[in-house]
Amino acid sequence: MSESKTIDARDTFCPGPLMELITYMKQANVGDTLELLSTDNGTASDVPEWIKKVGHEMVSSEKVGEVWHLTVRKSK
Amino acid sequence: MSQHLHIVCVTGTREKLQMAAMFASVAAATGDQVSVFFSMNALPFFIKNSTDEVPVEGRFGELMEQEAGVPPFKQLFKHASELGDAKLLPCSMALDLLKISEEALDPELGPPTGLTRFLSDAEGGQLLTF
Repeated sequence: MSESKTIDARDTFCPGPLMELITYMKQANVGDTLELLSTDNGTASDVPEWIKKVGHEMVSSEKVGEVWHLTVRKSK
Repeated sequence: MSQHLHIVCVTGTREKLQMAAMFASVAAATGDQVSVFFSMNALPFFIKNSTDEVPVEGRFGELMEQEAGVPPFKQLFKHASELGDAKLLPCSMALDLLKISEEALDPELGPPTGLTRFLSDAEGGQLLTF
């Protein structure tokens, strides 16, 4: 069964949030969903770039207040 | 498309080491092959139990020291090595001059590499120097 997990990388700077996401992505199973919380604006554009290059799925990206919620699914 | 990125770290300042570590970790995590060559004043910070106090060049170095959320460069190089198989190569000449062996360095670093070998590996790839 697929799982969902939230990674709180608020208040860390580039490339900290991306590295956090990648660490959890390695441990996740195909189909799992990860939500990354980040206050770093650069991360909001870096994460979709990385997802595209590596071949996972970008589910959603929205900014709530000062916090980016970036949701991705492990595809392979 | 995956490419081979070669990074040369020779400057012992926080800004340069941080930027090199950022390039290495992001490129390695994206699937690029990454080799980082450490020599001159950059190498001593990778001796086991070495100081975390790295000289700053200017305002950005100071800012990075004040902000707890900036990932330390050593941690980023470690990420590059563990998550993306980046090679962290100490310069053999620098080890000779410091009179230390590979075992004296952080475990992520090795093997000692000479310039001829590094240049031959770097042929045709991208090379960044810090």
